[in-house]
Amino acid sequence: MDTHQDGPVRRPLQPAAANPIPLLRIEKASKRFGLVTAVDAVSLDIHRGEFFCLLGGSGSGKTTLLRMIAGLELPDEGRIAIEGEDVTGAPAYARPVNMMFQSYALFPHLSVEKNVAFGLQEEGRPKAEIAKRVREALEMLDMGAFSARKPHQLSGGQRQRVAFARALVKHPKILLLDEPLAALDKKLRERAQFELVRLRERVGITFVMVTHDQEEAMGMASRIALMQDGKIVQAGSPRELYDAPVSRYVADFFGTSNLFEGNIKECARGEAAVESAEAGTVLRGQYGERLAAQTSVAVMVRPEQVHLSREAPQAENVLRGKIASAAFLGNCHACQVTLDSGKTVLARLSPAEFGKAGSPAAGETVHLFWPSAAARVLKQ
Amino acid sequence: MSGRPGHSCSGVFVAGVPLVWLLLFVLLPLLIVFAISLAETRTGSPPYTPLFTWEAGFLPRIHVQARNYALLLSDRLYIDAFLSSLRIAATSSFIALLIAYPMAYAIARARESVRTPLLMLVILPFWTSFLIRVYAWTGILNSNGFINNVLLDFGLIKAPLPLLHTEFAVHLGIVYSYLPFMVLPIFAVLEKLDWTYLEAAADLGARPLKAFLRVTLPLSLPGIFAGVLLVFIPALGEFIVPELLGGPDTLMVGRVLWTEFFSNRDWPLASALAIGLLVLVLVPAIVFFRLMRKEEAA
Repeated sequence: MDTHQDGPVRRPLQPAAANPIPLLRIEKASKRFGLVTAVDAVSLDIHRGEFFCLLGGSGSGKTTLLRMIAGLELPDEGRIAIEGEDVTGAPAYARPVNMMFQSYALFPHLSVEKNVAFGLQEEGRPKAEIAKRVREALEMLDMGAFSARKPHQLSGGQRQRVAFARALVKHPKILLLDEPLAALDKKLRERAQFELVRLRERVGITFVMVTHDQEEAMGMASRIALMQDGKIVQAGSPRELYDAPVSRYVADFFGTSNLFEGNIKECARGEAAVESAEAGTVLRGQYGERLAAQTSVAVMVRPEQVHLSREAPQAENVLRGKIASAAFLGNCHACQVTLDSGKTVLARLSPAEFGKAGSPAAGETVHLFWPSAAARVLKQ
Repeated sequence: MSGRPGHSCSGVFVAGVPLVWLLLFVLLPLLIVFAISLAETRTGSPPYTPLFTWEAGFLPRIHVQARNYALLLSDRLYIDAFLSSLRIAATSSFIALLIAYPMAYAIARARESVRTPLLMLVILPFWTSFLIRVYAWTGILNSNGFINNVLLDFGLIKAPLPLLHTEFAVHLGIVYSYLPFMVLPIFAVLEKLDWTYLEAAADLGARPLKAFLRVTLPLSLPGIFAGVLLVFIPALGEFIVPELLGGPDTLMVGRVLWTEFFSNRDWPLASALAIGLLVLVLVPAIVFFRLMRKEEAA
């Protein structure tokens, strides 16, 4: 948006390392399609070397946000900057980012080699350099033997590699991946997932990936932003999102959880006491922001954090219930315990732990408990 | 196939009907025309000598001569007619392509709700007779026709422009008449084109014009080939347009053929011209199908 475009390009001064400019900064970016707000004032910083994942259901705005980074959609409001340089209005062809499309979008009339060379040719690179870089990119992905093939002569997995090579060969500052594994069958997907992480470490390029699959996000990303209705609900490491979700939606999105409705009794020293009718007792758990008494909240406990014993233990958060079912799943025992209030609690115990608890069978009365540090108080 | 008699029976029927049709209404007439082209003119009905005569004995005598073909290849008039037909058909196909491509592109990229109406507008002229539509142009291009009157009224010209009965008018007539044949196949290809390819091209650094030249245009080549063929072939043998809009010096095979057939009553020579035209048409058609097969094989 600088009016003085001629003359040497002014490189922004690099400030002290303590406050580095993020590789990508999105400030209050919004995009509307007719009456639908696809992306609603999203702000986000992504740093060099991250494997960032935009996660969300369909219609959450994750793909639109990715396309805005690519320049395929221009934001109605807000700002996008790459390495501190404003690219808000820059068209896709002028941005130092490349995208791997969900459908791969390999040019059907061009051979694998020419597909990969396309972007370098547009940069006006010398022929020898193009040939060398194309060959290297294809060889890195074990596609060297297929350079003369046309896309329709390749399998899905091979096409994915070519699309990846085509985007990677330009050495983009950010590689955008739109559901990169969605078109592969399940078996291939697991392998490709692993390969993608390995490749990212090898080339050292920042990845921003869109996916609807939370397992995929958890397994690959260094940081995840969960989106809902065009907004980022929570951003953080997979661990943070799993252990400390900010809302029921986030807790639900990442695996199963036990939720106990209740009202805040008191909040002190990072721990909240919640009066829960469902649990039939006062539950303690961590909270993110201080909440006033009587605020209605939910206490979340992951099933694998729940302990079981026949005798009443000397601990916090002890509940009593009857085992409704106990299923052996190989790596764990999944027990459904019905409380007096009628609420069903899911507990997942390792075989050793289950044995220590006396291998209770269905119908037996047991005590459930967990440390307060494993419980999380959720506002919404 | 023999294992499933019912299947093969219906298969023979399905393939057989068009085959019989083609034999009866395409190959047979063609053979008759070819036979006539080998005969000689005579006064009488029919105005050509018979191919076979039974004089004595059982064996028929065959009267065949290739003089008409020799004439086609030696007489300047016929050579010029073929060359000028080729030239006019080529230039008008090219002009039609230049007009039709943007049209097809615009329709293919239009919202779905307006796409069908726009296509209808392209096809609509077919609802009127071809002859009448071409004839209507004489009224527009006349020295006291619409265009000249408007230009004279505005004082842009002092004397009427000679528009009608020129080669320009022939080009105009052919382009106007056959434009839908160019628009439709190109549209069919562009409509199926995945626009993600263009996004990918932009993402890889191609500006819109480069993306068009490197992605859209090569991917729409089958439509362009088909369209050019559909315009070029009928334009090559076109009779009505040069007859109504062309000048006395506009030489085209269709016109020469007509003259030989109706004015000179030289059926054999007219037949030879028709066969010559067919050969001329077959060449680009074969080239086209070769190209298509190569495209598919690649």
